[in-house]
Amino acid sequence: MTTLAFAILLVASLAAYALNRRAATGIRNGGARLHSVSNYHGLFALLLMLVPVLVVILAWLVLQGSVVNAVVMGGLPDGTLTGLEKGQVDLILAEIQSIAGGRVFGQPEPWKLAAAERLTELRQLAALGLVLVTALLCLAIMIIARKKVSAEFRARQGVERIVSGLMIFCSVVAIFTTVGIVASLAFETYKFLRLVPLTEFLFGLNWEPQIPIRADQIAAAGAFGWIPVFVGTIVITIVAIVIAVPIGLLSAIYLFEFAPKRIRAVAKPLLEILAGVPTVVYGFFAILVVAPAIRSIGASLGIPVAPNTALAAGGVMGIMLVPFISSFADDALSAVPRAMRDGALALGATRAETVLNVLFPAAIPGIVGGVLLAVSRAIGETMIVVMAAGLMANLTLNPLESVTTVTVQIVTLLIGDTSFDNPKTLAAFALGMMLFLVTLVINIFALRIVRKCREAYD
Amino acid sequence: MTDIPSGSVARTTMDMVRGSLSRRHRKQFILQALGITAISLAFLMLFILLASLISTGHKAFTQTEITLEVFIDPEEISAERLPRGNFDDVLAAALAADLPSVDPNDRAAMRVVGGILSNGAQFQLRDRVVADPSLIGQTIALSVPVSDPYDQLRKGLLDRETPESLRRLDDTQIAFYDRLIEIGAITSSLNTGLLTNADSRFPELAGLKGAIMGSFWALLTCFLISFPLGIGAAIYLEEFAPKNKLSDFIEVNINNLAAVPSVVFGLLALAVFIGWFGMPRSAPLVGGMTLALMTMPTIIIATRAALKAVPPSIREAALGVGASKQQVVFGHVVPLAMPGILTGTIIGLAQALGETAPLLLIGMNAFITSAPATPFDSATALPTQIFIWADSPERGFVSRTSAAILVLLSFLIMMNAIATYLRSKFERKW
Repeated sequence: MTTLAFAILLVASLAAYALNRRAATGIRNGGARLHSVSNYHGLFALLLMLVPVLVVILAWLVLQGSVVNAVVMGGLPDGTLTGLEKGQVDLILAEIQSIAGGRVFGQPEPWKLAAAERLTELRQLAALGLVLVTALLCLAIMIIARKKVSAEFRARQGVERIVSGLMIFCSVVAIFTTVGIVASLAFETYKFLRLVPLTEFLFGLNWEPQIPIRADQIAAAGAFGWIPVFVGTIVITIVAIVIAVPIGLLSAIYLFEFAPKRIRAVAKPLLEILAGVPTVVYGFFAILVVAPAIRSIGASLGIPVAPNTALAAGGVMGIMLVPFISSFADDALSAVPRAMRDGALALGATRAETVLNVLFPAAIPGIVGGVLLAVSRAIGETMIVVMAAGLMANLTLNPLESVTTVTVQIVTLLIGDTSFDNPKTLAAFALGMMLFLVTLVINIFALRIVRKCREAYD
Repeated sequence: MTDIPSGSVARTTMDMVRGSLSRRHRKQFILQALGITAISLAFLMLFILLASLISTGHKAFTQTEITLEVFIDPEEISAERLPRGNFDDVLAAALAADLPSVDPNDRAAMRVVGGILSNGAQFQLRDRVVADPSLIGQTIALSVPVSDPYDQLRKGLLDRETPESLRRLDDTQIAFYDRLIEIGAITSSLNTGLLTNADSRFPELAGLKGAIMGSFWALLTCFLISFPLGIGAAIYLEEFAPKNKLSDFIEVNINNLAAVPSVVFGLLALAVFIGWFGMPRSAPLVGGMTLALMTMPTIIIATRAALKAVPPSIREAALGVGASKQQVVFGHVVPLAMPGILTGTIIGLAQALGETAPLLLIGMNAFITSAPATPFDSATALPTQIFIWADSPERGFVSRTSAAILVLLSFLIMMNAIATYLRSKFERKW
């Protein structure tokens, strides 16, 4: 039925296009001068129909489910739902839905069967209604649009107004996304902070989210202090940056200043491959190759290394960030004006001295911006650490031990079936909020530095 | 008076320069050597990464199979009871015929014999008999996969030298295997199941079809949403937007969205799409919508760069002959920028294809044994399937994971190759 509604809309809008175009051509052939070309008259009718009816159909589809459910639940015999909790009501609804879907388990009560029947009826009614409403709207708009066709009608301006409205809507989606992120995180974090005090979350030194699900279950009491998780993130980020920055910078300097053209033509795309490898692949690489290698090196040196040491996750993350840093450094070095370089060389500086003493200091802001963006990526990187880092929060600065990160905790807390009123779930959103804020501050700062650096020599 | 003490100063400067020259050259040499070391280190890592994936993954592209002469015993399988029947017993009996040392009445030994075959073998036989019930009572030749430990044994991943108690196969089982090799029943064939089967608990049956279909639906949704929205936003911001606070704010927003950690988008999708709008969990539709939000900034940035590259003379010429602003943009600028826009879109989609974390949060890591037929069905995606397999304890999944990664990487390489081709073929230098 939904497909039918879309088909009606498509056919009707094409028909409206043809109708208006014919009408406009007819007026022109009658000797009148049209304000707009007849094509625009057709396009105007098309857009006038397509945009609002599409919005109506999509809104109908989004709302249909919950409205139908509400009507069915409201139509249950009096007293069946009194005194029940929200979870139990949801369970009844789910059972009615599965009966309506033809999956009957056991012997349901007759009122449930009746409700299921009603649900099926309502669903059919709603689908029928959608088609009917679509058809009527299309017809009405087609008549309205047809009436507009005249020699003076400014169809082009009309089309352009609609198009620019659509484009503004597209641009605003970016704002909606940001608002959506902030609103959803803030809302869930607020719910979390009603269960766990803010001071405990921000300054607590224990992170043990394994809380009992049922009252009689034996489990840890649950502690939600984010400090150990945060410290773990910092440890892994430092390992990654310590590896990525020297390798990235040195290879950028080499490629920029010393490498022959042919080597550069090969090396740059090869480095880009490192950047294009999905992070889940790096995670698998870390557990398959890097972690066992580090452990065997540790064993041969007599140093105890945890099986999921921060070195493995951080090291692989460092490799992932090498092309990121080297491309930022390359951009920053290229942005330095040629005159500075030529001046240094003319004074007799060697190429190494030119790069290190003239170009590099001038490019520092851009490079720092790139490194900061790399830091923010390392903090937000998820799959490598989910696969290769630890799950237990461990307050330590030793990279040989196993630590956990903010992103690991978010994923492990939310994987599988989750309900939204559980402190475990909400804790993940609180961690997400902190992650978002930290990376946002770093990003804004870094983007500003990079832009300043670019402007400095323009 | 005009007699300048010639040379003395100059000579000392030159001497200083000459004296320090070798030191300075050495410094340059060291810097160069460090640079070469750094870049070789990066390439070494890339090489190790690819080499380890290929060396573990190539083994999953073949599958050990066993060819059996199966007598479909009417006593075990009757036409009336189809699709039920003791297909596993029939197969074990067929296998025992090849292994003279086994007593067909010893139930424990027969169970061991049955364990040689994959759990999927009986379903393969069942499907064949259900399709043609006249086979009952006949003897047919059947090739079925062996179970994972035997597959590992053939591929050399199971060491015969390990003490028996630590091995997954004991000496009798290995003797069975050697006997089957001797009579030539065991063969190895191209593992088409890797691409045509959906996920399974048994490594020898697990395939990527569900994941590939899931990724396809998610990417299609992602493209249908992010492409029009991204292009619309980019054209507006680049060509029409007035320079005011709102446009600046939108611009800052887009740049920041491009750098927000992907897992945060997963949280957004979980809270808004699944929590508030009540959309189905694990559906590629929701995954695609999430990926669309992440891909949009990439597309916007690429589109704006492509629009910027179109020279102003084109715009001015069109404006000069009386075109309206929108006619200029949609009739002239956008078509010229299209190759750049498409390249950026494909690269954005390639990124989306490899994205894992947000899909985990919306539940696209479920265990699902059938490929999704629509974007509303529960499914996994390629990267989440890799994650699931990497987490599985069975040895057989290690090479499957590497093989799945190789499949994912080949898709990515294909997309990037198309993007590079488009750029080199259609991009114009003005």
